[in-house]
Amino acid sequence: MDILIAIALLGGLSLAFGLILAFASKVFYVKTNPKLDELNECLPCANCGGCGYAGCSGYAEAVLKGEASLDKCALGGNEAAQAMAAVVGAEAVEVKRKVALVRCSGEHSYDEEGNLIAGSKAKGTYEGVRDCNVAAKVGGYGPLSCEYGCLGFGTCVKACKYDAISIKNGVAVVDEDLCVGCMACAKVCPRELIIPVDPGRNVVIACHSIAKGVVTSKVCTVGCIGCGLCKKNCPNDAITVTNNLAVIDYTKCDNCGKCATVCPKKLIRDSNVENLPDLGSIPTLTNPEVGMK
Amino acid sequence: MQVFSIIIAALLSENYVLVKFLGICPFLGVSKRINAALGMGFAVTFVMTLASLMCWCVYQLLILLNLAYMQTVAFILVIASIVQLVEMFLRKKVPGLYNALGVYLPLITTNCAVLAVVLVNAQKNYSLLLSLINGCASGLGFLLAIVLFASLREQVDRADTPDCFKGAPISLVAAGLLAMAFMGFSGMRF
Repeated sequence: MDILIAIALLGGLSLAFGLILAFASKVFYVKTNPKLDELNECLPCANCGGCGYAGCSGYAEAVLKGEASLDKCALGGNEAAQAMAAVVGAEAVEVKRKVALVRCSGEHSYDEEGNLIAGSKAKGTYEGVRDCNVAAKVGGYGPLSCEYGCLGFGTCVKACKYDAISIKNGVAVVDEDLCVGCMACAKVCPRELIIPVDPGRNVVIACHSIAKGVVTSKVCTVGCIGCGLCKKNCPNDAITVTNNLAVIDYTKCDNCGKCATVCPKKLIRDSNVENLPDLGSIPTLTNPEVGMK
Repeated sequence: MQVFSIIIAALLSENYVLVKFLGICPFLGVSKRINAALGMGFAVTFVMTLASLMCWCVYQLLILLNLAYMQTVAFILVIASIVQLVEMFLRKKVPGLYNALGVYLPLITTNCAVLAVVLVNAQKNYSLLLSLINGCASGLGFLLAIVLFASLREQVDRADTPDCFKGAPISLVAAGLLAMAFMGFSGMRF
């Protein structure tokens, strides 16, 4: 008899809760726009946050409300933009893929006697937390002599979801085949070294030092001193020198690579030409912290 | 006085996560960022309080029918239903909070700390008021533990941990140390 009561009671309770929930699901029914699911399917679901919204579904909602433009998804690129345009019935602009560029070439390379061969000098031994944002706050702009250079503790490496960025010889380097251009690395870099660039270009100016030439050449062997040789030799007037730093305007640049050959500090790099003889001869340092000692 | 001792026990000396080691799954899963931990803590507090209320009513019914041995099954049923109901309610009425809690809300269903609270209420024969107080204070104890742990983890994330300790291992060590700190409250009585 007891077991019957138990069954009846639990069955009754379950039935009651079931009915309440069924009723509640009618009362609290939320209409969702079927277009939202379609938009979600257009996006890569990587949830990298590069668009500035909380995940892909957040971006899809913003697109549906008309708050966000269609070109924000770096990973989906043009394909995602066109697909979303078809769903919301808007005209899509063509989206070009961008990749991240670390504007520093100051590998902390030392020879066996501890003399600086290439790159920026370390001020002293840094024993703190291995994180760029922490290191950058250490007295006098961090442990590196160059206050604009890459610290090389790999905060950007941790931020990258696509394993596209790594530390080589104490400087962050982007693998352009893997980079999707979400720029998550740029958001965490305390030195603001990382910018989006067109993956088609060959020539990059890998320095972000706006200090005067004298100061820059004191602290780094491959820092831009603003001499302007690249500007004078550019056939397309694509280079300007502002604040002691050369900058390429990629809308004018035709990748001829002349600036890379004339740069006295060899910091303008042409991916078609190996123009870094002094760096090539240095044995690769497996431990980037050596440069900090 | 009993109220005060219940609150202190639930918050510190008998903390469900750090002393009784219940509800470890959300404690480890949702403690990477303080914001998420806060949301989870408040959601658990809310569900614990509501579950204490509902389960007290169901427990009275069970006693009446001489079926107190069915309490575990009945309580699980009640908790699962409450979480479902709360989820539906939030989705309709407070979509902001619903989005903030996200997947954590249904996760509470499987949080054994909630079940433990209502079982303790039943075991100690608390009145309705004491059950509510115990539920609320236990939830706040969970909130305290998870927020403390999340802030620890945010710091540990930045530290240079040895490769073999990265991620989960160092988190578990941190949780253990935090639990040891809470052991210090174990003698407190009022």
